[in-house]
Amino acid sequence: MSESLLEIHNLVTSFQTDRGWVRAVDRVSFDIPVGKTVGLVGESGCGKSVTAMSIVDLLPKPAGQVLEGEILFEGKDLRQVSDRELQKVRGGQIGIIFQEPMAALNPVHRIGKQLVEAIRLHQKISHRNALKKALSLLTEVGIPAPEERLSAYPHQLSGGMRQRVMIAIALSCDPKLLIADEPTTALDVTVQSQILDLIQKLQKERGMSTLLITHDLGVVAQCTDEVVVMYAGRIVERARTTELFAHPRHAYTQGLLASIPRLDREPQTELPTIPGQVASITDFVHGCRFCQRLEREDADPDERPTIKNIAPMHSVENCPLCVTLTPQYDVPRPVTHL
Amino acid sequence: MSQDLLHISDLKVHFPVRGGILSRTRGSVKAVDGVSLQIKEGETLGLVGESGCGKSTLGKAILRLVDPTSGVIQYAGRNITQLKPRQMLPIRERVQMVFQDPSESLDPRMSVGELLMEPLVIYGKGNAVERKQWVAALLDRVGLPAKSIDKFPHEFSGGQRQRVGIARALALNPKLIVLDEPVSALDVSVQSQVLNLLRELQVELGLSYLFIAHDLAVVKHLSDRVAVMYLGKIVETAHAQDLYKDPRHAYTKALIDSIPVPDPTQKRESVIVPGEVPSPLNPPAGSAFGHRMNHPKYEETIGMEMMMGEIAPDHFVVADPCCVSEEDYKAIVF
Repeated sequence: MSESLLEIHNLVTSFQTDRGWVRAVDRVSFDIPVGKTVGLVGESGCGKSVTAMSIVDLLPKPAGQVLEGEILFEGKDLRQVSDRELQKVRGGQIGIIFQEPMAALNPVHRIGKQLVEAIRLHQKISHRNALKKALSLLTEVGIPAPEERLSAYPHQLSGGMRQRVMIAIALSCDPKLLIADEPTTALDVTVQSQILDLIQKLQKERGMSTLLITHDLGVVAQCTDEVVVMYAGRIVERARTTELFAHPRHAYTQGLLASIPRLDREPQTELPTIPGQVASITDFVHGCRFCQRLEREDADPDERPTIKNIAPMHSVENCPLCVTLTPQYDVPRPVTHL
Repeated sequence: MSQDLLHISDLKVHFPVRGGILSRTRGSVKAVDGVSLQIKEGETLGLVGESGCGKSTLGKAILRLVDPTSGVIQYAGRNITQLKPRQMLPIRERVQMVFQDPSESLDPRMSVGELLMEPLVIYGKGNAVERKQWVAALLDRVGLPAKSIDKFPHEFSGGQRQRVGIARALALNPKLIVLDEPVSALDVSVQSQVLNLLRELQVELGLSYLFIAHDLAVVKHLSDRVAVMYLGKIVETAHAQDLYKDPRHAYTKALIDSIPVPDPTQKRESVIVPGEVPSPLNPPAGSAFGHRMNHPKYEETIGMEMMMGEIAPDHFVVADPCCVSEEDYKAIVF
């Protein structure tokens, strides 16, 4: 078993709303081993981004707050350290890539300035050396004509190029952990494969760990070592990627896998679907929330299922109705020819 | 062989780009540049391509929401390219559109009942009682509870809102629906519900669809035939099965290879396509995809007229020496 770079124990993150505090992340625990990529998947609103933002304390305050739990980065609890120390970690040892690079980059500053700012914030080097480093970073992330790009504004770059700049900024201080929050969702497929390829290549070269947040199970299958599946603020299943796709045990995971239209299968007349939709966050029950979605009458709305290890490196939220021996959703095997 | 419901030939939509103090026309964006397509009755034609390739503009041009620069659009044998707005009314009754983002395409201040009633009122269909009955039937058809009639768009989830958008498109009993990325904004589990609904409606009501999407897997699932668009032009059309099993154009291959397969045991060595879609404001002079790939034959294609040719039954590909095999190229040109 490899060592963990990041360990999260019983994380609770809540938001203040008109109807009181609601838990967006409800006792979530997982870890990221050194040098591995962990995928965090789930549908919109399941709490995956909030989990990531809780790690680096980028929640919109004061509305959103981490109320409970430990976030251990290299054994140090990030909730206990001072703001100044946390600033060193965020952007220094932990790099972050956001979904929409146009929103994350400052539109009125040149690319070079933004890179130099990030570098000099965390490293004591001269402006000239920082500029040199910025240039080598842009080259590393595959931006053509990097010298010219240093003086370009974000709007002058295409979506893919902007995302490369974001990656360069995230990598500028040689982070140990890269948090990528839907890094390719806003991009076209051909550009997506370039960016995913780049992230994987850089990760290998630098020995980084990555937390890859996505809703795309294709991206998860191709890019991650382990997967954490979230539903309605909780983790429902966690396993090695190959294991999860081969033997999904929770009905939600099975439903997700079954419902994607796939190129490598014969078209079906009807896709399997998960009925209903995620309940509103203010209506969440304490019991199994997938049962809540399916309106199962025999589910106990007050009894929260425990997390159970069912195989080495494979744990599942052990709701007796969702985890059964016979799969509730048939995850068809792919056809081999294409 | 059923008749073509929609027949588009050599359609061009160019947008002028103005600039300078006198706002003279400085150039044009060739959003759609010589597209020919046919949709038969009861058929779904998928239209795929990356953002900016002109697929949405093409969809809008069919409803004359943007005006074509040249070319001919025929609906049920009638040329609708030059019709005046008033003359378009009966066409729009038969051709409807569903937009990508239902939270933007539905008026937030109208209840679902009003939203669905509006087209009926405009077209003077039935009396108040009949309209109410029809709206109730529409809601039922798209799988929304009857009580939704008094709710407002913000009270629904994304998937339900898209059902409202679909119900609105169905209100006038159309024959053809242009679906512009109808499931792109939805989560996977909801996406499959909406895809199933679209398929059911097609079978029940005998609808034809132009299904515009960037997600090839989604397109494959719903379409009979698929057209691949790149930089304002159609590069390949074929039956959905043939296109995925035997893509002939390099861009189609690249698109298929770029999709991450949701199966960790099939790690595909993805062929990385360099660069991005060039700006339609300043497109390359020759083969657009050949230029992106830095193809050695690119120089040859500058100024070349490239035609579409049938290389297998119902499988058409553009004769681009950079992007198709030598045999295919020869088969089309000679």
